Amino acid sequence: MSWPELAIVAFRVVATFALLLAVTLINVWAERKIVADMQSRIGPSRAGPWGMLQTLADGLKLFFKESVIPRKVELGMYLLAPFLAVIPAFLIFMMVPWGKPFMIGDYEVALQGADLNIGLLFILAMSAMAVYAVVLAGWSSGSKYPLLGGVRATAQAISYEAAMGLSMVAVVIFTATQGEAGTLSLAEIVERQAGTWGDVSPVLSFLPRWNIFPQIAAFIIFMIAIVAETNRAPFDLVEAEQELVGGFHTEYSGMRFAMFFLAEYINIFSMSAIAATLFLGGWAGPTFEGFLPGFISGLLPTIYFLIKTYAIVFIFFWLRATLPRLRYDQLMTFGWKRLIPAALAWLVVSTVAIGFRQFGAPWS
Amino acid sequence: MAEPILFILMAVGALAGAITVVAARNPVYSAMGLLGTLFSIAVLYVLQLAHLVAAVQVVVYAGAVLTLFLFVIMLIGVDKSEDWDEKLPYQRAFVGGLGGLIILFAGALTVFGNFDWVPAAADTIPEATNGTIQAIAEPLFTDWVLAFEATALLLTVAAAGAIALAHYRRGQA
Repeated sequence: MSWPELAIVAFRVVATFALLLAVTLINVWAERKIVADMQSRIGPSRAGPWGMLQTLADGLKLFFKESVIPRKVELGMYLLAPFLAVIPAFLIFMMVPWGKPFMIGDYEVALQGADLNIGLLFILAMSAMAVYAVVLAGWSSGSKYPLLGGVRATAQAISYEAAMGLSMVAVVIFTATQGEAGTLSLAEIVERQAGTWGDVSPVLSFLPRWNIFPQIAAFIIFMIAIVAETNRAPFDLVEAEQELVGGFHTEYSGMRFAMFFLAEYINIFSMSAIAATLFLGGWAGPTFEGFLPGFISGLLPTIYFLIKTYAIVFIFFWLRATLPRLRYDQLMTFGWKRLIPAALAWLVVSTVAIGFRQFGAPWS
Repeated sequence: MAEPILFILMAVGALAGAITVVAARNPVYSAMGLLGTLFSIAVLYVLQLAHLVAAVQVVVYAGAVLTLFLFVIMLIGVDKSEDWDEKLPYQRAFVGGLGGLIILFAGALTVFGNFDWVPAAADTIPEATNGTIQAIAEPLFTDWVLAFEATALLLTVAAAGAIALAHYRRGQA
């Protein structure tokens, strides 16, 4: 590998990392402000304009706070758990393309951490890894509330990951009709959603070629599953304050607590970004090349990506301000008896429909 | 250049994990050691350009199976070393002998230089990493589709059977 190529790889990773940190700072503030608005409160308002620097202030405070280590913890795992939470969170976002590739001289720079052939599988693998952080934090704290939170988290993550994976399978099979073969690479999935549905029927030529229109059921299932995967309300039983104090991170303080907090908000953003990529066309959109100055049409895809992602992030905040928490048995019943059968049924329906369109009726 | 460095790092990681599995006094640490081993081996698969195998290894073994292990350890609460009685009296001697033989074998290969036993994999690796999934999917769903579907059916039957056995009560069934 030559030096320019190495520099490009380094740039891609660092830029993706920086974007993720910046949006996480904004997201924490945005959630507090939006939920405050929905509850007729003011929310953070002191640090900076509209309280925008509140997250930074909180981060600094947590950074300088004493990290208390309780006496009964299992020290090795207790210290390891926060890192196990943050690392998969960062790695998941590395798969998401967040802008149109551009050229510097002879080299193409893709705005994506890494474009793997197995992109979606990598995302599933990393979200499976993220479970360990919660489980180990809960177990190693040597205290009953974190342990209960950890056990709940394991069961919840296993249950809803199945539904999430199944809804992804439906999308992957659908991408096979948009190109020569199905694909798991996120960059490829975005490219196949460029343009409109005009070639299917002229009436639809105003509709962007997003997967959400043919795969609306998969989108709904995926949305429910990612809310549960990120342990957000109404599925936040893992850290139910009224029952479990703080859940798995009860015994953590200072910087170690901040790492769990960071991981949660990174996960919200990257799961929203994945939903936007799979169903809303990612960065695809009109760039008006030749009509607008070059740097604006180069920047527009990133802006489209952020708008689509934030639309989904807003749904996360909206749900939190609106819905009460489920009971534990309701959570399990919903996951196993409603969501997974629905995902399976949609997979069968969607696949049979695709087969009909590709090969015609089996009796003809 | 990067390949030998990564290989040595990951091989050391895999061995350290394996030693943790048998040496740790606490079963949770054993499970985490197994996680380290599985993960290191997944990275070795990536080095061999077998991305799909690596991903499946992490999703299935490191993800699902090990989470289940941890869950069981926590639910049953085996968090103390309860008994150190040897259930299989000869296992230490047997495993030690086997390990010694393998080390002797590797040493003999290195000393006598008969590397035909371990041919370099470089000739068989395809040039491009892109397309590995398509390369696997094509034989799987054309030539071997019957075996593939039969395996799927077998696994479903096994899962259903496990549930049936777990719920079986004498007189009810």
